[in-house]
Amino acid sequence: MTKAAPEPVERPTGTEEDVPGASVVVVGGGATGLSAAWWLARAGIDVLVVEAGIVGFGASGRNGGGCTHGYSPLFVEEQRLWPMMDDLLGYPTEFSPERIRIAFDEEQMARLRRTHEIGGRLGFRSEELDSTQLREVVPLAGEGSIGGFHHAFGGHANPHRTVQAYAWAIQDHGGRVLQHTQVHNFTMSGGRVVAVETSRGSIGCDQLVIAAGPYTGTLTALLGTEVPVAPARAEMIVTEPLPLMPLGGVDGNGLYGRQTLRGNLAYGGGPHEWFDLDDMEDQRPPSSPLSRSIAKRVAELFPKAAHARVIRSWAGFIENTPDGRPVIDRLTEPENVVVATMSSVGFGLSPASGHAIQELVTAGRCGFADLSSFALARFDGLDPDWRRRRGWVSTPATL
Amino acid sequence: MAREPEMSPAGMDRTSVSGKTPTIAEMTDLLVIGAGPAGCAAAIDAAGRGLKVMLVDENPVDFEAMNNEIPLHFGGRMTGAVRNRNAMTDAVLEGSPAIAEAFEAGVDVRLGTACWGLFVKAPTATWVDRPMAGIADAEGVRHIGFEHAIIAAGSRDMGLAFPGWELPGVMGAAAARRLATHYDALAARRAVILGSGAEALLTALTLIEAGTACAAVVEAAGAPIGPSDLISQITERGTEILTDHVVAQAEGDLDGVTRVMVAAVDRDGRHVAGSARAIECDTVVLGIAAIPAIELLEAAGCRMTFDARRGGQVPVLDSGQRTSRPGIYAIGDIAGIWPEKSTDPSVAVAEAQRAVAAILATEDRLDISAAPPEPAIDIDAYLKHWVRASVIEAAGEPHVCQCEDVTARDVLEVRPPRYLDWQAPTQKPTDLVSLLGNGPPNPDQVKRLTRAGMGQCQGRRCREQVAVLLALGAGVPLAGVPLATYRAPVRPIRLDQLAETEEQPEMTETWEGWFGIPSMWLAPWELGPDGRPLADDSDD
Ligand SMILES: Cc1cc2nc3c(=O)[nH]c(=O)nc-3n(C[C@H](O)[C@H](O)[C@H](O)COP(=O)(O)OP(=O)(O)OC[C@H]3O[C@@H](n4cnc5c(N)ncnc54)[C@H](O)[C@@H]3O)c2cc1C
Repeated sequence: MTKAAPEPVERPTGTEEDVPGASVVVVGGGATGLSAAWWLARAGIDVLVVEAGIVGFGASGRNGGGCTHGYSPLFVEEQRLWPMMDDLLGYPTEFSPERIRIAFDEEQMARLRRTHEIGGRLGFRSEELDSTQLREVVPLAGEGSIGGFHHAFGGHANPHRTVQAYAWAIQDHGGRVLQHTQVHNFTMSGGRVVAVETSRGSIGCDQLVIAAGPYTGTLTALLGTEVPVAPARAEMIVTEPLPLMPLGGVDGNGLYGRQTLRGNLAYGGGPHEWFDLDDMEDQRPPSSPLSRSIAKRVAELFPKAAHARVIRSWAGFIENTPDGRPVIDRLTEPENVVVATMSSVGFGLSPASGHAIQELVTAGRCGFADLSSFALARFDGLDPDWRRRRGWVSTPATL
Repeated sequence: MAREPEMSPAGMDRTSVSGKTPTIAEMTDLLVIGAGPAGCAAAIDAAGRGLKVMLVDENPVDFEAMNNEIPLHFGGRMTGAVRNRNAMTDAVLEGSPAIAEAFEAGVDVRLGTACWGLFVKAPTATWVDRPMAGIADAEGVRHIGFEHAIIAAGSRDMGLAFPGWELPGVMGAAAARRLATHYDALAARRAVILGSGAEALLTALTLIEAGTACAAVVEAAGAPIGPSDLISQITERGTEILTDHVVAQAEGDLDGVTRVMVAAVDRDGRHVAGSARAIECDTVVLGIAAIPAIELLEAAGCRMTFDARRGGQVPVLDSGQRTSRPGIYAIGDIAGIWPEKSTDPSVAVAEAQRAVAAILATEDRLDISAAPPEPAIDIDAYLKHWVRASVIEAAGEPHVCQCEDVTARDVLEVRPPRYLDWQAPTQKPTDLVSLLGNGPPNPDQVKRLTRAGMGQCQGRRCREQVAVLLALGAGVPLAGVPLATYRAPVRPIRLDQLAETEEQPEMTETWEGWFGIPSMWLAPWELGPDGRPLADDSDD
């Protein structure tokens, strides 16, 4: 499997707009593809990101900004990189370290305890707090919680700023980002992808990275490989700014989110909605009356912010694999393709996932983490009807 | 632990929205939003034809909302009388006799009731099983289910920055008219009006009628742009019209504006040296463009288009006033603003009749009135000239977005907000070009990075200015700048009011756990070498 970067091949020319090819073309300008391209550009590789719309306008610009994924094999790298990202990128990400999580019942507490235990096993500290201690460190909290944890790890960042930081940093390192350009096919030659076919014509490449979020499976299918991903919608609300708490990374009560560095409370949670890829066509992700259920839980989490006014809501389309874990793998055929889709936790992990993808591209394997659990082979023999069997389908019109 | 996620008996993922439905408090056949002339006409017409009609209007708006420039730019120029809700309800009823008529006609009229969101079933939001509107009144927040909704939410004003425009006393034209006519509570003695289109001139006349002196009409263009009869009415009343002029600065004290400095501008918007002079006034009325209040429609996913004849960004409508979303109609100012319509109420009433006829499938019996005429002016050039002269050429750097302290330069150079106190490690200026690449300027992308439009007034005072700035910065027509998106709630709503009173049990039961995929949370040591859970008892 280990393979050095392959020899360059002849690239097709004579395209409609003649976009010069690149050594590596990355399909998808979300956090995953952008980070990968940034790592590649930093390594001195000629890289081009092709994005159908605007960078980060998919889930990557619509998420909770959480960077605390203890159960992931990329966790240690995630934690190592985030505190350095502003400096490495040269643009602000608003990364803020640490998290506090608040539970209102035993079931919630059990979930929180798992982060504590997993972190502890890897040498990351957290402290259990009772309701009184929580109120001391979280000024907006009130009575009613049963306890929680203060993790001296994890954190949160601003997704909008982070995706654009990747895009600008790619350009600073000599890479290119092509927006408003859709990839609809690939050209093969000698068992390798030699060009991506786009709405702006053919663009040559030596290596290809597919990081197209919910569309990853559709694109790999063109290359004869199934990557099972199902799209779903999740939504969030945001309030007007409030005075900053000492630590903005507070969530719990079944919510994820943060107080932004500007002071807004941005939170999401609750049921998601499944649908088909075709349903997403030309659709801005709609938020729904679920805002009211989210608002209720935010008001419970922060009784002292109950007067804060909600000024917006939004939704995002998320990619999910059958076991809820990412795919970061090199295809066996064609051999010059790396596929990455993050199964709903791709923002926080993006500094690390991009690094892993870069190593897969340049060295054929990831040297800093064991990615065997992200291998595509685990889905060999997957029932083609897997979505229906899980009930991951659109609500039937008549039940 | 690694079982397949839970399924309902119907074979659906129980942790999804499947099997859950949004709560609905009340149902109506037809919901009309906005009790202006268009909305009242539609409600009365529909009730007369046997429909069950609910008519909601946010007026009287409470003092706190007004103070936060919601829903209009009131600029603090309301009298203390607006604190008295009963008196304000009386004033609103007196100001619009049609509301009482609607009530007589059997319409369920709800005043002091704001609609903050329209929700319709979409391919990616099928759990919204029927169309519904989110409303907020003194009692709280509810969803109203409807078969049809006619949106007649009127207009608001384009904001325009100049040094001092954050002072109390700088207000929108629609806000000034609303306070003067509907509330009888306008606290303005002497006003300067910016803009000379039909809406601005009608506002000047309304204010004069209500006892506010009009010191001057200031117009950046070389000649007044409104209908000539309105122009002569203004000059007959002794108000001077200053063309080729802008407000260079508003000065004032804690109570707000005390005077403005006006300056002559050249064709490029540059201020002519030595031309500044003072005009005493306590109020500056922003009237350069009346903006259709499309926020509910846009947030609900109705298709929008830039149509200069109809005043800019408006919903795509057919001859029955249907939007692109089934069951949702738009009438009145929200369907388009042009001088002949502003001066003749029968145009909006005809739209109301067409919408009702479309609902009842009798529209073929109506004459479809002609499309709006070509505008007398090029609004692209007109607005660009105003923004260049007032905002870009301003001596200071006024905040275009007052909520988030964003200047024109911040927008054009895509600078991070100041509270981050960001010092770039190397001198790498960012700009629109590096952001946009090969695409059109996108206000949402700029908003995400500069925060212009992200504040608590929900972008009402800055979004059109930002769009013009982007058009100027990128060298494209205004029509080429996509509309910044709107999101529910389109009125700010307190968390504890927005909150559902009770969480549905089926919601509570499966709320936790993100996508409800147990294997997602397994640590590497809980997985086998093949990447499958060690304790796997699922079957694929
Ligand atoms: C409400 C919400 C909250 C979330 N909270 C968190 C959180 O707190 N922490 C966290 O880590 N994750 C969170 N997530 C998940 C996270 O946002 C996603 O996992 C992550 O953004 C995925 O990034 P991506 O780059 O892989 O995919 P995407 O962001 O989906 O990007 C893929 C890109 O590919 C482009 N593309 C697709 N097809 C083509 C084509 N044919 N040609 C060209 N371009 C194409 C798309 O336009 C898109 O921009 C949340 C998501 C949502 C919606």
